[in-house]
Amino acid sequence: MSTTSVDAHGHSNNHAGHGYGDNNQLYVHFHRDDYGSKFGMWLFLFTEVLLFGGLFILYYGYRIAYPHDYHNAAMELNIVMGAVNTLVLLTSSLTMVLSIVALRRESIKTSLFYLVITFGFGATFCVNKYFEWSAKIHHGIFPGSMELKETRPAGEVVFFGLYYLMTGLHTFHVIVGMVIMVFCFIFIKTGTINPKKYIVLENAGLYWHLVDLIWIFLFPLFYLLH
Amino acid sequence: MSMNTTTNKNYTNFFQIKTKHKGLLAWLLTTDHKRIGIMYLVSILSFFLLGLTAAFMMRLEMLTPGQTISFIDAQTYNSFFTLHGMIMVFLFIIPGIPAVFGNFFLPLQIGADDVAFPRINLLSYYLYLAGAFLALYAIIFQTHIDTGWTFYVPYSLRTGTDVTLPLIAAFILGFSSIVTGLNFITTIHRMRIKGMTMFQMPLFSWSLYSTAWIQVLATPIIGITIVLVLLERTYKFGIFDPTMGGDPVLYQHLFWIYSHPAVYIMAIPAFGVISDVVATFSRKSIFGYKVMAYSTMSIAFIGYLVWAHHMFTSGMSDTARTVFSFLTFFVAIPTGVKVFNWVATLWRGTIVMSSPMLMALSAIFLFSIGGLTGLHLGSISTDVHLHDTYFVIAHFHYVIIGGILSMFIAAMHFWFPKMFGRMHNEKVAKVGVVMYFIGANVLYFPMFIMGYMGMPRRYFDYLPEFQIYHVVSTVGSWILITAILLMFTNLLIAIFKGKPAGSNPWGAKTLEWTMPSPPPLLNFIDTPVPSKDPYDYSDHDERIFRDLKNKENIINQENS
Repeated sequence: MSTTSVDAHGHSNNHAGHGYGDNNQLYVHFHRDDYGSKFGMWLFLFTEVLLFGGLFILYYGYRIAYPHDYHNAAMELNIVMGAVNTLVLLTSSLTMVLSIVALRRESIKTSLFYLVITFGFGATFCVNKYFEWSAKIHHGIFPGSMELKETRPAGEVVFFGLYYLMTGLHTFHVIVGMVIMVFCFIFIKTGTINPKKYIVLENAGLYWHLVDLIWIFLFPLFYLLH
Repeated sequence: MSMNTTTNKNYTNFFQIKTKHKGLLAWLLTTDHKRIGIMYLVSILSFFLLGLTAAFMMRLEMLTPGQTISFIDAQTYNSFFTLHGMIMVFLFIIPGIPAVFGNFFLPLQIGADDVAFPRINLLSYYLYLAGAFLALYAIIFQTHIDTGWTFYVPYSLRTGTDVTLPLIAAFILGFSSIVTGLNFITTIHRMRIKGMTMFQMPLFSWSLYSTAWIQVLATPIIGITIVLVLLERTYKFGIFDPTMGGDPVLYQHLFWIYSHPAVYIMAIPAFGVISDVVATFSRKSIFGYKVMAYSTMSIAFIGYLVWAHHMFTSGMSDTARTVFSFLTFFVAIPTGVKVFNWVATLWRGTIVMSSPMLMALSAIFLFSIGGLTGLHLGSISTDVHLHDTYFVIAHFHYVIIGGILSMFIAAMHFWFPKMFGRMHNEKVAKVGVVMYFIGANVLYFPMFIMGYMGMPRRYFDYLPEFQIYHVVSTVGSWILITAILLMFTNLLIAIFKGKPAGSNPWGAKTLEWTMPSPPPLLNFIDTPVPSKDPYDYSDHDERIFRDLKNKENIINQENS
């Protein structure tokens, strides 16, 4: 006897759920609390928001200290690239929702299809980011580079430092989200996630929306605010 | 609730229960909140004794001006205070009460079988252990880190000692703390027994609730700050480095946005223990229950907004300093409310002077000294004089040793019979408490005086006129350490030789005392019935309770 759900745990309100296995030795306790799992996920998302919150404080603090350097540095970022990525991520949030809805309506194939599409959007985002960063690094703009140290004013050094940190941390979250999708894909295939028990996929969706949401703040702060 | 103090022998407690794993694995792979609580207790106390040793060595070194002990030179001294600070802050006092007693007693107090996410609970323990060993390995076997536990930039960017590993350790420990907090909030919202509202929870559970919110909302900030220092050291981002345009004061802001609320992560659970202990041994409901719950939450909330009072001398605008000074005074109000309510609970109570109660009373007294001297530091003009002196050390340790460590020890005594099913020797424990009280005062009070006279903190050496205070203080450290070791030994002996405790040796009313001790695996044999008031003593008659307890003792003696 074993339980596979993430939220299998004891609950006092339901003593009927206790189970003893052979020889009264193995303690198994069935309890599902999807609301509780989602609640925990939301709390985790709060911590993610605050993790980025520290960086947003720094961004704002230095923006006040170096308004002109921020302006000049922001001019160098590629708005088209940023806008494409925004579009990609926003659409991926839609396909994520479609995947969850499809699963709830018991069309597993459609659900998997949309999950793969979402994964593809995530990958597109990362590829885009790769080209964007490569271009910057090619121009000698990266943390600790001679170009930044010798020729640029302090505010630009800080701006690009934050640019790499914040978009880097965000891209890291995109990759984590994609890894979670791979697991969801496997779990849907094996039936661990099914039309009756889809809380893991729903939580993965919540995480993906957060990743999307953070980008929606990063895009204007770095690309648009000249 | 009937006063059922007889021991139920027809059950298997959580120590004896057999699971699919055998031997040590049955502990290491357990998801039982009680076993995880015991594992935390063992690990946390081990690290505490290590931190205590470092403190003892530092005090010994300060006995005379200049170098006192042959193997502690100035650089080693710096490592010792870093070791002491890191161990005591990150490994002992922050996880302390929530990880040990929260894990063990939160589900019991709210009538649940376990926490909301038992496997994540175990994960949090292993994160703690991993962080702890990494930190210890780094501090003891790598180069001796000398930044203090605050890792202030730019020094932490430039020091030749290895700060990378301890920082990674702190990051992992922070994650462990977040996970525990997340688990507790969900548990309290989702696992309370039917019929128990939020405002019918014991105040210890309330304190865990508000602590958990701070853990969830404040810890990520230190996480990102640590990542930034690590990246700054390796890749030169220029975020905190003043030579590249960064601002070290912003590091201090981010650091204290976490580390000041962290002080409340340490303190609020201790307040919760005081509330439970004072109500139990006054045989009376707590005075102003709702106000106590609200004040717990408002300390957590306002405490989030006072961080910059650590930085009055670091370079801030006068407006910022005034605002933060005001908020610092403001957070003292709910704290004061608590102190008054504890004292008011005693009024007309049937006071039972057990060892936890004695410790709680001493804690209220010592904590008040620590709290009120905090106001000297919160007011800008006096802080400029007292900043970075021994006055700060004395204030902080009156709060931590007087208010929090003492309540950790009180909690050990209070809940010991429930955890291990045996009673400790009360007389020895009370002697320990009195020695603890004397030791803490002798150790820390001279620090107020020399701090006021200008003795700076963290210094290896000092002027001869301070020696008398340092000597008194060092003698105090011996008394305090003796008291702590005495109480620990007393409890350790009781685990093996103590008398059977019965389900409710203290006559307490909260739900954790309704089951036999130690608790069975599923906690409650019969579904508990929560009362409207968690400390409902309206049907309590102290004489009947004592008669029952005496009879039970006689039966126990005849059985053994």
